[in-house]
Amino acid sequence: MPKETAPKFNRRNFLAAAAVAGAAGAVSPAEAATALPEPQRLPSALPPNAHVAAAETGAPEMPAQENGKPGSDFMVDVIKTLDIKYVPANPASSYRGLHESLINYGKNTMPEFLTCMHEESGVAMCHGYFKATGKPLMTVVHGVVGLQHAAMAVYNAWCDRVPVLIVGGNDLDAAHRAPGVPTFHSGQDINAIVRDFTKWDDTPVSAQHFAQSFVRMYKIATTPPYGPVMMALDGGLQMEPVRDFGEPLYIPKFFPSAPPQGDLAAVREAARLLAGAERPVIVVDRMARTPNGVDLLVELAELLQAPVVDQGNRMNFPNTHYLSRPPTVIGQADVIIGMELSDYWGTVNGFVDNDNNGFGQNVSKLKPGTKLISISSVDLLTKSNYQDFQRFQSIDVSMPGDAEATLPSLIDAVKSAIGNDRKDAIAKRGDTVRQAHAKGLDGIKQAAAIAWDASPVSTARLLMETYAQIKDLDWSLVSTSGNTSNWANRLWPMEKHHRWLGASGGYGIGYGAPASVGAALGNRDLGRFSVSIQSDGDLMFAPGVLWTAARHKIPLLAVMHNNRGYHQEVMHVQRLSNFRNRVANIGNDLGPIGTSIMNPDIEYHKLAESMGWWAKGPITDPADLGPTIKEAVAVVKSGQPALVNVVTQPR
Amino acid sequence: MRFVRIAALSAVIASTAIAGDAFQTSAWAADAVKGKAAFIQHGCWQCHDFAAEGSIATSNGRVIARTALPLDAFKSFVRTTDGAMPPYRPAVLRDDELDDIYAYLQSLPQPKAASDIPLLNGARSQ
Repeated sequence: MPKETAPKFNRRNFLAAAAVAGAAGAVSPAEAATALPEPQRLPSALPPNAHVAAAETGAPEMPAQENGKPGSDFMVDVIKTLDIKYVPANPASSYRGLHESLINYGKNTMPEFLTCMHEESGVAMCHGYFKATGKPLMTVVHGVVGLQHAAMAVYNAWCDRVPVLIVGGNDLDAAHRAPGVPTFHSGQDINAIVRDFTKWDDTPVSAQHFAQSFVRMYKIATTPPYGPVMMALDGGLQMEPVRDFGEPLYIPKFFPSAPPQGDLAAVREAARLLAGAERPVIVVDRMARTPNGVDLLVELAELLQAPVVDQGNRMNFPNTHYLSRPPTVIGQADVIIGMELSDYWGTVNGFVDNDNNGFGQNVSKLKPGTKLISISSVDLLTKSNYQDFQRFQSIDVSMPGDAEATLPSLIDAVKSAIGNDRKDAIAKRGDTVRQAHAKGLDGIKQAAAIAWDASPVSTARLLMETYAQIKDLDWSLVSTSGNTSNWANRLWPMEKHHRWLGASGGYGIGYGAPASVGAALGNRDLGRFSVSIQSDGDLMFAPGVLWTAARHKIPLLAVMHNNRGYHQEVMHVQRLSNFRNRVANIGNDLGPIGTSIMNPDIEYHKLAESMGWWAKGPITDPADLGPTIKEAVAVVKSGQPALVNVVTQPR
Repeated sequence: MRFVRIAALSAVIASTAIAGDAFQTSAWAADAVKGKAAFIQHGCWQCHDFAAEGSIATSNGRVIARTALPLDAFKSFVRTTDGAMPPYRPAVLRDDELDDIYAYLQSLPQPKAASDIPLLNGARSQ
């Protein structure tokens, strides 16, 4: 906005003053004329400061400027205090002020701007990066248009309990917009787009307000339960010189919050039930936020000699541990403790989708009298509209709180609750579980052997040929988009927290590719080797992230699970056709019309190659797989991304 | 129409061959080829995979290659199942096609023993 045409009350002053006036309340002249004489007014607790006084009299002086420093430079000062390493984002005019300050004033370090080709990619890169490193990133989007592109990735982060800092540029002041595309589609309240699936949002109206809100949003996002947060950032606020409104500007210091813990009395009751149980079972989903969570869970499981069912949205428990067991043990339990479960009802009930009315068959897995315990931070953060829950499950002892933070007190309480008379029985229970674990692994290996030489390549072979080439590295499986029958978690040794990063959260297809690139970025800096099992449908949502990986030299081995279809939907339509006694119309494809990705087949290796990746394929003969992946691993170790396109069995 | 579809699927079927699989030279051999086409055309592969190896994600880990069920029991299950698998009634899948599919399943090769596959011996070990 040109300074020489700016009114005395410019838009920044207007916004700030409007906020104060709104808080004070307004009285119209008519109301004033008929009002009764007011009683003597008592002094307020706090006298108005100069800025408030000026706003109330309507004749403020122009606040001091800090040497004409652009507002967005000060914003970069704020951002730099929070140790944010990257900003993966698609450029947009509505945040041009901040963009320019990041790369010039901020020298494009801490954070470094990474060019993305879709806003969904930017958010999902932040998502994957956090799960690999435990450190949040920020992304910036064009207010209305870019935020709508980003929305599904925000929802994934929300459902997956991952902090992402999102800033949306927006030109709020319609009276002073530069005409044309950059400002045409601004919004009154852009945050509304994602409000139902973010933890918090704000629209700062001054530089100091930005500083407080940015630190506040970082604090809220990184306090369990984690979640994405949103800030609408006015274009004018970025562009105009910083004003201090008579008070020195400052940047609040960030101190992390202690996570919420389960109530101590409830913890003791849970411990009493677990210690006295004959067959306790531990079920976990997003329990281990950090590597320490894995260690704590091992300690609790060994203390109780209780089998652990890891539902897999994080690497919670080593699958090599003899107490790692499949969900079938749930039916044998007399006490179950679920920690950070997405769906408790689905954990303890069976559902069979066996008719066309959608109700299916429901069967409880529980023995009569089984006691249920829950520790979950999700109970502290549930919204009404965009939902992230399933059927309601009654729980005997329910503790809203962070499970990992509650585990130390639970472990202590269980130690106190186990009487000497129980110790032999608990040890014997462990021996039984150990035998079942060994037998289960033999069965899994034999299942993997079936169709070992088949073409298309079996998913078991796909995973084991990949593992053979990376097993001596400090590998991290950053994503398995699509479904490969969970072979990775059944056959690969998952012993460290970073070995497995879980899934999307919101089941939004298109997460796998960008989240893998984001996780690989984090792993690159930590010296780890990143591998993803990349499905075909997922990659095609926003394949431009392949270019981002090549451009910014992010090493990632992507082994494709190319089953040439949206396979979940393939089966759904077939199922409905059968229920309705109709032959599924498959046209000239393999699956029902609308579900196949073939005719023509997509040459993913060429797609990746065109964007700077080393790539080979399509691999249809399983004998070719090992040597090709070996080549690709060498490329990735040199610092480049590589993709192997493998035509696979469906699941 | 059905024959047109089977012809159109021929290229797909050729590309889904089981490496090293020579269909058994038995009374089933001729029908097994048609059975493979029907297995693909009617979507059996979707949950059971092309080699009928199954998946924990889609068929509860059940392997139907070389199923031990007798033909009559197999057909009865397919017609009347009210579990996770949807029933295939005669209007959707004819009796002769079901016979052919059974022949195809019986023609599939015996799986290797896991202990004979070096890569699987390294499973879940660092």
